[in-house]
Amino acid sequence: MTWVNAVIQGLLLGGQYALIACGLSLAFGVMRIVNLAHGDLAICGAYLALVMSSALGVPVWYLLPLLLPIAFAAGLVLQVLLFGRALRHGVLAPVLVTFGLSVMIENLLQVAATSDPRGLNGGELALASFRIGSQITVSWLFMTAFLTACAVLSGLQLLLSRTSWGRKVRAIADDPDTARLVGIRVRPVFATVMGIAVATAALAGVFIGTIGTFDPYQGTNTLIFAFEAVVIGGIGSLWGTLAGGMALGVTQVVVGQANQAYAVLAVHLLFLAVLAVRPNGLFVSHQAARQAGALG
Amino acid sequence: MRRTATPVTGTGHPVTVSRWSRTASGSTGVALVVVLVLAAVPYFAGGPAEQPLITLLTFVAMAAQWNLLAGFSGLTSFGQQAYLGLGAYALYLVAVHGVNPFAAIAAAALIAAVISLPVSVLVLRLSGGYFAVATLVIAAVFQIVATLSPSVGGTTGVTVPGLGGYDPVLRAALIYWATLAVAVISVAGVFLLVRRTFGLDARAVGSDPVAAASTGVRVGRIRRLAYFAAAGGAGAVGALIALQTLYVEPTTVFSIQYSVDMLFMVLIGGMGTIEGPVLGALVLFGLQEALSSYGAWYLVIVGGLAVAATLIASRGLWGFAADRFGWSLLPVGYRVRHPHG
Amino acid sequence: MTGPLLEVTGLDVFYGDFQALFGVRLSVAGGRATALVGANGAGKTTLLRTIAGAQPAAAGSVRYRGRDLTAAPPHRRISAGIALVPEGRKLFASLTVEENIQVGAAAAASADWPLRRIYDVFPMLARRRGQRASTLSGGEQQAVAIARALAAAPTLLLLDEISLGLAPRVVGELYRTLTALRAEGATLLIVEQDLRRAMAECDDLVCLLEGRVALAAPASAVRRDQVVAAYFGEGTRRAAT
Repeated sequence: MTWVNAVIQGLLLGGQYALIACGLSLAFGVMRIVNLAHGDLAICGAYLALVMSSALGVPVWYLLPLLLPIAFAAGLVLQVLLFGRALRHGVLAPVLVTFGLSVMIENLLQVAATSDPRGLNGGELALASFRIGSQITVSWLFMTAFLTACAVLSGLQLLLSRTSWGRKVRAIADDPDTARLVGIRVRPVFATVMGIAVATAALAGVFIGTIGTFDPYQGTNTLIFAFEAVVIGGIGSLWGTLAGGMALGVTQVVVGQANQAYAVLAVHLLFLAVLAVRPNGLFVSHQAARQAGALG
Repeated sequence: MRRTATPVTGTGHPVTVSRWSRTASGSTGVALVVVLVLAAVPYFAGGPAEQPLITLLTFVAMAAQWNLLAGFSGLTSFGQQAYLGLGAYALYLVAVHGVNPFAAIAAAALIAAVISLPVSVLVLRLSGGYFAVATLVIAAVFQIVATLSPSVGGTTGVTVPGLGGYDPVLRAALIYWATLAVAVISVAGVFLLVRRTFGLDARAVGSDPVAAASTGVRVGRIRRLAYFAAAGGAGAVGALIALQTLYVEPTTVFSIQYSVDMLFMVLIGGMGTIEGPVLGALVLFGLQEALSSYGAWYLVIVGGLAVAATLIASRGLWGFAADRFGWSLLPVGYRVRHPHG
Repeated sequence: MTGPLLEVTGLDVFYGDFQALFGVRLSVAGGRATALVGANGAGKTTLLRTIAGAQPAAAGSVRYRGRDLTAAPPHRRISAGIALVPEGRKLFASLTVEENIQVGAAAAASADWPLRRIYDVFPMLARRRGQRASTLSGGEQQAVAIARALAAAPTLLLLDEISLGLAPRVVGELYRTLTALRAEGATLLIVEQDLRRAMAECDDLVCLLEGRVALAAPASAVRRDQVVAAYFGEGTRRAAT
């Protein structure tokens, strides 16, 4: 693979990271919850897709109209039963609860599915690719993942800026107490936000499972990459998350091209470098990051 | 130490503010006796008793340290395994250079603590959940570095040298005593640190850092100190584990399982108390024994109990008892006593 | 309708261990403007917030149009017709002027106050409808805060320190708007630091002192020096109600 190919591959990979990360970013921006089980929920999505795909014998894409509403409902339930209650128990409680949930999910998956790596049936799309010029080959799967990420981010942006629901979400993100005061019912909004977050996670999980393999304990690494994309791009900015994801992807693929063993390390070091030099991320003001409550 | 204060409103009877109590003196005495008895175990009980006690005491050390971080300083770190693994590898590297492996424990702790300094500059910029994930990243980085370093065996790992010359019974006893020492130092150390240096400040930092900072509490200093001390403690625990298993390998020594255990013990036992983590260690030990044949279900239960504890009994078992019955064996706060009881 | 619109009785409010209100009694009749005065820390903001539902009451009751709202959450009180313009305006910084106003209609009691009508009352806001709220001047922000509360179509409007930090001319304009609202039948409960303005613009006066009602009377029935006495707690005089 040439360097140009690697860069393009990396940029498209960034789309996948952005897709995993946008739910994490949304949940944090609105509810101040860093869902440490977010990566595990994405992997759950992959396993659910596996079960449905095996049962019905079709590629996973046909299952999305069924899978995504289920994931959305799961997010609603999690918020109402667990996270909402955790929020009322202080600042540390959501962190502890989501970590405990992460442990539960990973080990339940282990019990149910064993630790064998699995893959999803991506149908024709998983095998197809197209060429640009003589040097560059792009897999349709990567391209689809990237375009899906862009579509989801655009959709979220539109929802937030054009709908009455979106207004409420932004008001709550600005000032939850005053939002309550002016009559916004915060709990239903939180529930729908978490529903969206889990649905996007499940969608990302489907791509993860189709592009590569997955196993029960992969959620933590998925979470870490999602988190790094958010921090690099800038806490509180959806499109910044895409930029962050692309920075991650390019680093991973380009370094991997030179030496595969160092690829993941390079990504982590990039994150640490951004944290050292520009802790607010590359695209967000200090004020926005502080307001988002992520800074200590 | 007692102080007498005249209340602002009310009758004008002086109240006493005390930091200690007769119960506390009694329980400190009992604790000393317990430690002495434990120290004598190799003499009267030998090998079979030592092994489970080593597991339990390691749990106690880990729990006390994590409580310092999360319970007293508001730092929910899920990456202590970074320093645990670092301590294990440090022990290997120091022992390989001919240093007595037991003395190397202190060196490993020191190395871990020192390396935590530049790391803390980075991760302490974050807070809450973001801090938690950053600690996961650090652990991942340390693990990858170990995997990529041929000098410490890469993915295969290394054997700990220097213990061959010991008589096996003596070796087992020395490891036991070293573990006991680390456990006692961890609990006592956290107790003294919180009482002397942090005082009430630590609880304030833990429960509401912004409010604490606005009243002049040096939140940053407490966080840095806690992170440094906990890193050193984890390094010591890692060194002990290396001595016990005689083999250091990346996936076991950097396992996130340590963090899961720490979280469980401190939540179940009681965050923000000295007694809680000890209780939590006992519970985890018992649970592990009871559920050892259940494989991954054991962890599902551990995770579930941690979630339940946070939502239902956020003060843990000890916290519940302390609130309900007023128990406090090792108090770190202040008690206001009115003249009539 | 018989009886006062808003009736507050025996209200005790605590912040942790600190008691902010002690058995506060207050009645507001429909169509009247009541001024709530008192020194800083007297409990005026606490009282308004408790009426609006932002603060729980430890004891006592809040009745509105005969309905007991003491335990009701804010959105239900807004649907019942109570809206608060909070101290410090508390606009949503990242939302535009129009979005701030629209968000106020989340639990609106009725459709009586559409955007069009609000912009009739505040024409300068119509000109700035697409601007981010944080870019407006103090007076304009205060107008947005009032407009946001109006979007809830309230029958009782609570206003907390609307003159804070504003030039007298601007405050005068705001009060002229309030007078116009009163002419349309609105009931107002206004926390106002400026005693002169309070007595001039309002029908009734309630003075709080350290969490208790020190004086409650029609503005026309008390003299300024009586109010000042109650304000600072000199003596225990209460004018006839």
